[in-house]
Amino acid sequence: MDTFLQQLVNGLTAGSVYAVVALGYTMVYGIIQLINFAHGEVVMIGAMVAFTMINLLAPAGMPALAVLLIGTGCAIPVCMLVGYSMERFAYRPLRGAPRLAPLITAIGISIILQHLALLVWSRNVLAFPQIIESRTYMFGGTAITNVQVAIIAICFAMMAGLALLVYRTPLGTAMRATAQNPQVAGLMGIDTNRVIAVTFIVGAALGAVAGVLFGTYYGVAQYTMGSILGLKAFSAAVLGGIGNIPGAMLGGLLLGVVEALGAGYIGDITDLCHYGVFAGTLEACKDGGNFVLAGSNYQDVFSFLVLILVLVFRPQGLLGERVGDRA
Amino acid sequence: MKHPWAVRIGVVLIAVTLAILPFALAQVGTAWVRITNYAVLYILLALGLNIVVGFAGLLDLGYIAFYAVGAYTYALLASPQFGLHLPFWIILPIGAAVAAFFGVVLGAPTLKLRGDYLAIVTLGFGEIIRIILNNLSRPVNITNGPQGIGGIDPFRVGEFSLASPQEMFGLDVSGPIKYYYLLLAVLIAVILVNLRLQNSRIGRAWEAIREDEIAARASGINTTNIKLLAFAMGATFGGVAGGMFSAIQSFISPESFVLVESVMVLSMVVLGGMGNIWGVVLGALLLSFVPEILRWTVEPAQMALFGRMLIEPEVIRMLLFGLALVLVMLFRPAGLLPSAVRQRELTARGQGELTERST
Amino acid sequence: MKNANMRITLLVAALGAAFPLCAQTLEVKIGHVAPLTGGIAHLGKDNENGARLAIEEANAAKIKIGGKEARFSLVAEDDQADPKVGTTVAQKLVDQKVVGVVGHLNSGTSIPASPIYNGAGIPVISGSATNPKLTEQGFKTQFRVVGRDDQQGPAIASYLATNRKPKVVAVIDDATAYGEGIANEVEKTLKAQKISVLPREKGTDKTTDWKAVLTKLRGRNPDAVFYGGMDATGGLLLKQARELGIKAVFTFGDGACTDKMKELAGAAADGLLCSQAGIPPQAADRKFTAAYKKRFKADPILYAPFTYDGANLLIEAMRKADSSDPKKYLPVLSKISYMGATGRIAFDGKGDRKDAEMTIFSMNKGNLEPIAIIKSGKTIAYAEFIKGAGGAAAKGKK
Repeated sequence: MDTFLQQLVNGLTAGSVYAVVALGYTMVYGIIQLINFAHGEVVMIGAMVAFTMINLLAPAGMPALAVLLIGTGCAIPVCMLVGYSMERFAYRPLRGAPRLAPLITAIGISIILQHLALLVWSRNVLAFPQIIESRTYMFGGTAITNVQVAIIAICFAMMAGLALLVYRTPLGTAMRATAQNPQVAGLMGIDTNRVIAVTFIVGAALGAVAGVLFGTYYGVAQYTMGSILGLKAFSAAVLGGIGNIPGAMLGGLLLGVVEALGAGYIGDITDLCHYGVFAGTLEACKDGGNFVLAGSNYQDVFSFLVLILVLVFRPQGLLGERVGDRA
Repeated sequence: MKHPWAVRIGVVLIAVTLAILPFALAQVGTAWVRITNYAVLYILLALGLNIVVGFAGLLDLGYIAFYAVGAYTYALLASPQFGLHLPFWIILPIGAAVAAFFGVVLGAPTLKLRGDYLAIVTLGFGEIIRIILNNLSRPVNITNGPQGIGGIDPFRVGEFSLASPQEMFGLDVSGPIKYYYLLLAVLIAVILVNLRLQNSRIGRAWEAIREDEIAARASGINTTNIKLLAFAMGATFGGVAGGMFSAIQSFISPESFVLVESVMVLSMVVLGGMGNIWGVVLGALLLSFVPEILRWTVEPAQMALFGRMLIEPEVIRMLLFGLALVLVMLFRPAGLLPSAVRQRELTARGQGELTERST
Repeated sequence: MKNANMRITLLVAALGAAFPLCAQTLEVKIGHVAPLTGGIAHLGKDNENGARLAIEEANAAKIKIGGKEARFSLVAEDDQADPKVGTTVAQKLVDQKVVGVVGHLNSGTSIPASPIYNGAGIPVISGSATNPKLTEQGFKTQFRVVGRDDQQGPAIASYLATNRKPKVVAVIDDATAYGEGIANEVEKTLKAQKISVLPREKGTDKTTDWKAVLTKLRGRNPDAVFYGGMDATGGLLLKQARELGIKAVFTFGDGACTDKMKELAGAAADGLLCSQAGIPPQAADRKFTAAYKKRFKADPILYAPFTYDGANLLIEAMRKADSSDPKKYLPVLSKISYMGATGRIAFDGKGDRKDAEMTIFSMNKGNLEPIAIIKSGKTIAYAEFIKGAGGAAAKGKK
């Protein structure tokens, strides 16, 4: 039971980071049906800028939390600028172009951002300064750190804030109008170009926060970190129903938990030596040996299978609405 | 044959060029022959993916899985791994069939999915295949896991092996040059098949599905079968290319079949012009050669311009490559050589979009 | 017209000035291949720097080969850790007529590239590819200066078994050729010593979250954990294990036997055990580390001493054979005995390092300290080894 609870805590924390990244994907998708494949790189830039700032400020003897906040405060505008330029130069000229064209520019932008980051922050695996002292609290046999609690809390706060922005402000109304029908929204006096640009900027700001969260939690950053994180978050967004804000959140958390449980339990479930029929006959099972068909190495396979199963039964994702779009 | 003589001369000229190309390239360096061979493999892959993405309009981000299936089928049946050494003309069809089977396996559960949902499922499928290949070293060793399979047989007929250099007609013919001719022959066959497919009943059915699935079904097209056929056909080409890759490389490991490769092949298709066979060929050639040309020129160019190395050449190479992708798409959003249908579509786009959105 | 004449005269003069120089210098191109872009590009650059340092030192030393002063140059290539690119680059180096190659970094790119070098008769020395298969292909031109998986795995495993006496060991790897390869050897050795090994757990070379795997292991309570993988993932593994309250001894192969472990895991890194091929820099040659630091303004990361040795071996063999022709210096190279930055290097019939020493390190208050040397199956405490080596060095001087 302790193990199970621990796995849930692990999964929820990892999932929270995915969720914040997924919010960035889903916002952009919601408004212009574009998968911004370069979003992972925005997260990377966020982590890197914060890395530099924290390294500059930490020796000055400021309180750790202040340093972290300043780091994040610097990462957010840089990422916003990256997000805006991306939209302005790589995506806006392609509105109305075939759907796959922006996908290729996204890949191009991704390559460019990665290698610019390489020039600035080197190829090395950077140890993200651990200025927040990690404290572990034990609940029975379940360990949870202060950083984990903070990450989960921040994640929910971000989602709540985003939901307020989208559903309770004039800007949010404009966003939703643009998402439903850009032409008509334009006729109603909404500057759709501006609304779309703002969406990218907000998404990039979320990406910056996600980058800092990732760096603080795992304590590592490298110029290639964006691709794998982006991929997971994209899966999370689709799982929850891409374009849907609570969906991205749900998808992220669920993906984190599925991964944790997958790594934690599939190995035992597929150990043939646990089953009477094989235990006697298999050579490998003697002397307490094992014959594991699929262990933690199939963690990602397991999460992709869950994703595929969900999509087969709910092709629009968990919370998504059915829309008639085309490839 | 009613071709005007100018066309005939053109065909002859192209044929002669292609025939002497490897020897010309070998003068510059055998590396270029190898690069050309890999480029031809990428053209095969891109043409296969073009059936799925370009003809049938199904976004596939896991295409490299079929390449992997073909490559591993060949490697397992013609290497010391299981001590099997079957001749290539038996394995290649097996590889193609296995890949086609996997194409249907991927296609069947995803029939209902559209657009971006299909993209993520195919992406997941590609990763699943790679991870399984990477981990099938235990509990029973089948693929040798990340260590890869080595000592794979080259294409061989009796004593004649495509891998070893030998003297023919007074010319030194290296292994890569021999493979070039084989690849060229396969490529010509595949292009011919593709050209025929495009204008066949099946080709038109794919096009109908791409344009409007509901209308296609209403016109009596069995969309399920036709979609599965697209996946199977595309996968077959991937499988054949994979088998040849295995033989040429003589060593394969799962790291050759990563997601980035799928993305590259997709970029070739989109960049060249989805649905246009010659566009796809052009896209594959460009994306295969540009990084290599940059590899040879960035360093000397920098030395000539600035007299010293300002930025490491490999970083410039990647930056220029990324920039090229962005610029081509910005200036030719439908690809370098858009298909005729796409061109019509683009001009009529504005109206179509309004009605589509309002549904 | 006058102008043109003038130019020709100048050109002739320039040629004339250059010619005697040409007659006395010998251009020697040495290739180096490693991934310089992608996830392990930092290791690739480190490898390249090692080789580059050797070459620059050789140029500064004005070595004479065949009566001419040798001018070495490094042709550095990026194989992107992609086997396909690996073969293309290998062919490019062959086309450019390099006389020897240091590399590649990965086994996955080295193995398909080796027949190309072999076909051209060019010696290639890897400083980091540990897969045994590389030298089992029967190529006379293939060498390596780093320990094979099946030399290093048993060394660290038997040290762990005899000195820490664990009853249950968990083995984890990163599902790469290197990580799985060394983990398999460790598991084999431990099982042979009747130590119980838990079912293999795996991450990837990009894993940042090990908590799920570690939580599972915590339930099994292993006495020791071995991880086959690199420092970037290994450091996080160790840190997260301590956060979860796992007290087991952590053991790593050379990929995670670096100072980065301290940076990534902080205080949690204390007490880890790890192995490196060769003898520790403290015992062999401090000059290398100092020179590297001076030249590249950074500490060597991992395999730079090995690629440094690799390049030096090529140069030394050319000097001894008095020729940069691979045909002439290859036989010298295979019989060479050379004292490098990683200890004495000689090759066996396959091109592997003969009697390769393995050093066991332990992290003590943030410093990796050598604690034992393992040579041909025997374990020697570091203090004793130093005495012995000191004596040998003193004898050598006389």
